[in-house]
Amino acid sequence: MSAALLIDILLWGSVFGVGLIAFRRGPPVFKASLREGSMDFINIVPRIALGVIGSGYIAAIIPQEVITGWLGPDSGWLGIATAVVAGAATPGGPVIGFSIGTVALKSGGGVPQVVAYVVAWALFAFQRVILWEIPFMPARFVWFRCAVSVPFPFVAAAIAMVIGKP
Amino acid sequence: MRKPIGWSTIIIAALVAVSAALVWRRDGTDGVLDILTHDLTLFGGILPRVLAGCLLGAFISEILPHEKVSRSLGPKSGLKGLLIGTAFGAILPGGPFTAYPVASALLAVGADFGATIAMVVSWTLIGYGRAVAWEIPIMGTDFTLWRIVISLPLPVLAGALGRFVYIRLYPKRGSDEDAA
Repeated sequence: MSAALLIDILLWGSVFGVGLIAFRRGPPVFKASLREGSMDFINIVPRIALGVIGSGYIAAIIPQEVITGWLGPDSGWLGIATAVVAGAATPGGPVIGFSIGTVALKSGGGVPQVVAYVVAWALFAFQRVILWEIPFMPARFVWFRCAVSVPFPFVAAAIAMVIGKP
Repeated sequence: MRKPIGWSTIIIAALVAVSAALVWRRDGTDGVLDILTHDLTLFGGILPRVLAGCLLGAFISEILPHEKVSRSLGPKSGLKGLLIGTAFGAILPGGPFTAYPVASALLAVGADFGATIAMVVSWTLIGYGRAVAWEIPIMGTDFTLWRIVISLPLPVLAGALGRFVYIRLYPKRGSDEDAA
């Protein structure tokens, strides 16, 4: 729990810091941004609720074993492509994503495939996109960002092949 | 930020409804309620951070000098803009509840899609937060550092690709069209 506490301290510390700067620009500036932030919060809560509650159900119908199965020692570019899909489809948070990566490494998955998996998970994990990115960002930005990110797990795998194992 | 209901929301809602129905068919009402209780608890825990993220985004968009942002992170900011976006994403503290509201604020005050993509991709791939909290403990220091080294060029490349595609996709739009 201490990591979570640290995050909260950093987070509210940053809010306090920028709030103070805004306050020193004058109370009207401070009040306006306070109101704007609160309105954003109110508007975003239903979408976050849909994301949190919804992605729990989506995660429940994509069991972890399915993902692990996709990450077999199937090497080559087909294996990398499978790893990318697996990364995007991985339900749950960072513990699950990284644990699956570790399992794949230990059970003979190729290093470039695991790198592609971890990078794809970082870029596209559906739960993070649904839960955080879509509610907060303009939808057009999110789809655009995802589309232009598609080549990069493959680029990372290619770099991994060239420079070798860790 | 965005209007409350858009196509993305509708698609997600449909996906959720179908998934919940499948869970109900497999695990019955208890299964559905179990997930609901768990996720409501999670939701309650997340809310204060979401509020903090929203306030952070609002304050930042208020105090950042707009013309300076659009100069250093706008469509004409070049490689330097992409590097600034990358550096910003890498040092940003907190989790998704800070990264996305701040990214959204940057877009609103004049950053272009390219620099914002560089920032988001950098936060997710080379940001230290997740690496320290999760990746190093689970995957080991060697793998994590090596993976981060491999990822170093990716935010700038993704931002450059984003800019390249964006200009060709929306040639007529101005720099600040996504302000709303």
